Amino acid sequence: MGRVWKYGDDVNTDVIFPGKYTYTIKERSEMAEHACEDLDPEFTKNAKPGDIIVAGKNWGCGSSREQAAICLKERGIAAIVAKSFARIHYRNCLNEGLATIVCPEACDELKMGDEAEIDFKRGVIKANGKEYPFPPYPEFVQGLINDGGLIPHVKKELGLA
Amino acid sequence: MGKTFAEKVLGRAAGYEVKANEVVTVEPDVCMSHDNGGPISRTFKKIGVEKVKYPERICFVLDHAVPAPTSAHAVNHKEVREFAAEQGIPHLYDIMSGGGVCHQKICEEGYALPGLVMVGSDSHTCTYGAYGAFSTGIGRSEMAAVWATGKIWFKVPESMKVVVTGKFKPGVSTKDFILKLIGDVKADGADYMSVEFHGPGIEDMSISERMTICNMGIEFGAKNAVCKPDQKVLDAIKGKEKYSNWECIWADGDAVYAKEVHYDLGDIEPCVAKPHTVDNWAPVSEVKGTKIHEAFLGSCTNGRIEDLRLAAGILKDKKVAVRTVVIPASWIVYRQAMREGVLDTLLDAGCVICNPGCGPCMGNHEGILAPGETAISTANRNFKGRMGDKDSFIYLASPMTVAASAIKGEITDPREAL
Repeated sequence: MGRVWKYGDDVNTDVIFPGKYTYTIKERSEMAEHACEDLDPEFTKNAKPGDIIVAGKNWGCGSSREQAAICLKERGIAAIVAKSFARIHYRNCLNEGLATIVCPEACDELKMGDEAEIDFKRGVIKANGKEYPFPPYPEFVQGLINDGGLIPHVKKELGLA
Repeated sequence: MGKTFAEKVLGRAAGYEVKANEVVTVEPDVCMSHDNGGPISRTFKKIGVEKVKYPERICFVLDHAVPAPTSAHAVNHKEVREFAAEQGIPHLYDIMSGGGVCHQKICEEGYALPGLVMVGSDSHTCTYGAYGAFSTGIGRSEMAAVWATGKIWFKVPESMKVVVTGKFKPGVSTKDFILKLIGDVKADGADYMSVEFHGPGIEDMSISERMTICNMGIEFGAKNAVCKPDQKVLDAIKGKEKYSNWECIWADGDAVYAKEVHYDLGDIEPCVAKPHTVDNWAPVSEVKGTKIHEAFLGSCTNGRIEDLRLAAGILKDKKVAVRTVVIPASWIVYRQAMREGVLDTLLDAGCVICNPGCGPCMGNHEGILAPGETAISTANRNFKGRMGDKDSFIYLASPMTVAASAIKGEITDPREAL
């Protein structure tokens, strides 16, 4: 079980990980400390491993900076549930092995502070006594996820793992 | 049934016929990285490959924080230089007076060519569509993987057709058009799509203007944005093509589109994107009189000679009322502006001219905002905290609107200053 952090539409990567840190913060753990700094200071302070982000449409629009995915992954966020994702950030999340779930119904119904759990095997979000099913990843993407992200996937492909 | 540009260009790269929504693996012709080439080189080394697959396809342009404002930034530059040398990568634009903003250099130097598949570790890589290339932004890990394997997967995108007719009225320019389009279709209007710009309104545009509209494709979610490679493109690349495998490719007349929108440029008026989203459109009349503390003219969107000329036309024999930071997009642009007297005009007006680079556009240096301050900028994003402090405010506008606003110290309709 994790706490739901609820946000709206078009949350951009600048507020998830500010550009001013792009070239000065190099450690993944330090990136995690600044997660969502310009979006929600409460998240920056209090988000815990297993927590879930629930957002509106177009989560992660804007910059290609991968730190916006890394800071959430390192923070232990179990998944980002959104109505839709911006494409570069979506790819960055997959490549970092951070789960992205498209489930408009859950986005409409879940509220800030709800307790929720994700069953990836069955493909459901469990919250408030209800189950919200979400579609599985396409087969190609599933392979990437199963390998733990892009870099392990490439290593395996090149016979270097 | 006809094919879209994306279906044709990705089919050419894949070596077989493809259609929208298929996943294909292709070998990009050009791979651009800027200061983030340093961190990418560290990820590349984690893969365990000794050498990059295609060194001649990799291009580095140092631009995001140049010259380095801190030692941390300097480390990024050092890593890029060392990696390029170690890997025999021939294309490195350092911060000497041959460089500039990455997207400007890639176009200016003949890397952006019709029909090529181009990737860049920067979201505004979609700019190269002005030359008829399929160009898109990717993340750092993806770039490291492309260096190692030479290839990347893409879902062949569905396409959006933007048909443009008519001519701008005085005081209105390309930036006003693209801000209006984004305001209408919203920030996710073209999510995962290839955006094709069609029509006489686009044919009349210069390459620089086409770069402005393709640059902002990502601001409404596009995977890539592209204009038809016509004679203007052929003239622009003649004699400086860095690769020979280019080919003019364009959509068939009966291609199928997921979305289609139409614009008459004669209907466009001076406008802004209000804080804190690019699709927060408003006509200048609505925000006229808003006090500003800084005006920024530059960036990969509007730092070219045509943009500086438009601003100089307004600033001639006038004085700016607020700090006004001007950053030409490259040293070629800088020198051209110097030769034409544009820089003198801007300096006489009280502007600060910085060296080519990205400057304050992503909050790194040269013109950062204090809490509570407001800027008007020709760049492409007005996200919260983008220019430094989260409690500052950014309005996006055309070079003419930025110049007119700088004179009065408040957002001003450029038609009053013509």
